[in-house]
Amino acid sequence: MSKIIVQGKAQGTVLKTSNPINFLGAVDKQTGVIRDKKYDIYEKSIKNTVLVFPHGIGSSVGAYTIYSLKSHQSAPVAMICQKADLTVASGCALANIPMIVVSNEEFESIHDGNQITIDTKSEKIFN
Amino acid sequence: MDLTVEEKAALNGEQGETLQTAYRILVATGEATNAERLVPIKWAHLSGVNYNTIGDAGEEFLREISKDVRVKVKTTVNPMGFDFDHISEFKHIDDEFVQKQASIRDSYIKMGVDPTFSCTPYDIFDLPEKNTQVSFAESNAAIFANSLGDLKTNKESAFSALASAITGKSPYSDLRKDDMTAPMTIRMKMDNPSELDFGMLGFFAGKVGDTSVNISGVSKPNRRSCKALCGGMGTSGTCAKFQFVDSDEDTSEKVDFGKEEMNEIFDELNTTDKGDLITLGSPQLGLEEISDLSKMLKGRSFKKRCMVFCSRAVQNQARNLDYTNEIERAGGEILSDCCTCLTPLIDKNETDSVTTNSIKGAYYLKNSTGVDVNLKPLSKIIEDETQ
Repeated sequence: MSKIIVQGKAQGTVLKTSNPINFLGAVDKQTGVIRDKKYDIYEKSIKNTVLVFPHGIGSSVGAYTIYSLKSHQSAPVAMICQKADLTVASGCALANIPMIVVSNEEFESIHDGNQITIDTKSEKIFN
Repeated sequence: MDLTVEEKAALNGEQGETLQTAYRILVATGEATNAERLVPIKWAHLSGVNYNTIGDAGEEFLREISKDVRVKVKTTVNPMGFDFDHISEFKHIDDEFVQKQASIRDSYIKMGVDPTFSCTPYDIFDLPEKNTQVSFAESNAAIFANSLGDLKTNKESAFSALASAITGKSPYSDLRKDDMTAPMTIRMKMDNPSELDFGMLGFFAGKVGDTSVNISGVSKPNRRSCKALCGGMGTSGTCAKFQFVDSDEDTSEKVDFGKEEMNEIFDELNTTDKGDLITLGSPQLGLEEISDLSKMLKGRSFKKRCMVFCSRAVQNQARNLDYTNEIERAGGEILSDCCTCLTPLIDKNETDSVTTNSIKGAYYLKNSTGVDVNLKPLSKIIEDETQ
């Protein structure tokens, strides 16, 4: 775990994408379903997943989308990125979703469908 | 990050949920920008006010937190979508938009902000003393504060600035430090640049520069040009500071801004050779610019609709000094609490194209409003569009 952006503990199934995510445009803020055909996780839902993606892109207003997902109970339980960006960092902070940044090596070692547990206190990811 | 005992307690929720969220935002943005601690700030300027930009999720969030959140330091706010005094003249704006915008306005006022609704807080208030730490989210205002106002701010997000307003603190990131040097110098190669050229210089610098750039080959631009430079720079990238330098004989990387670079930006943002209407502002005009405009319009009248955006404070001052008479006689509509960028006053179903001298305005008109843009410096707008 190279950096803790938002503290917390979570457990869930990994949904991994190689696309940077634009929360303002690509995600349905009520259901958590990816609405943009350009994504390799098109039509999948990020609800209750451990969302693993390179980093966020696009308007900082996307942070409100993350907050909105949480208030509709459609948010991921945690997010893991390769790079910290301010939109995802502030969105996860607003919505109190644990978020960590990992090394490229660790990022590669996490696979779609893995069951994982994150605990920022012990700084560990358990597969 | 190194937090004090009090900050840690607040982060753990010992001072309530709202402050806990605010500190969580400060720590998250601080970690993301490699800040080692938080510093006190004296003034926060918030973005995220226009319903067009923050939408229902933003409106709901602000309504919720305004129930118990109060700002702790002087806090000013960005423009809304429109001017409530003139909303009846714009029939295409629906009631839902007006109602949601009113809710956002009321939530901010409830939180104790100064209802400036302006992207130019530096035109409204005297700036605090040199090196004062502030927290400005509006990009042109952050760049102005760092580069021309001798203040220190990160290029804050809507959220980090709001968290700063509530806690009176902000992450101590690189831009706040005294020893920061720019790794790149942009060499201005254009003679007698207009404010439009300065806007393009800023847009170029924002694209190629990192956090901070030097600019050489520029001699004392007027305030209109300085604001255009800040506006352009904030639009295209993450660069949040520039400094004018006399010589470029240092070790920084050199990049030229000449005819070719300028034409490329012009062609990117200018999509037509004439506009259905004119907008002046983005950033909103200051008192000096309103005064200039009234002089330029003496004995002339606009041939088409012209919206002139300035803050409410500047409009009131301009009215007292009679600068507004000449502009309104010439057919200019003076609008406050809103600006060119993302205003629903300009609607693509009614307007195909807009003439403006603002690079920031052009970028948002083209990419968000979805209209064609005709770029001209103010002197040329007066020459072509008035009689």
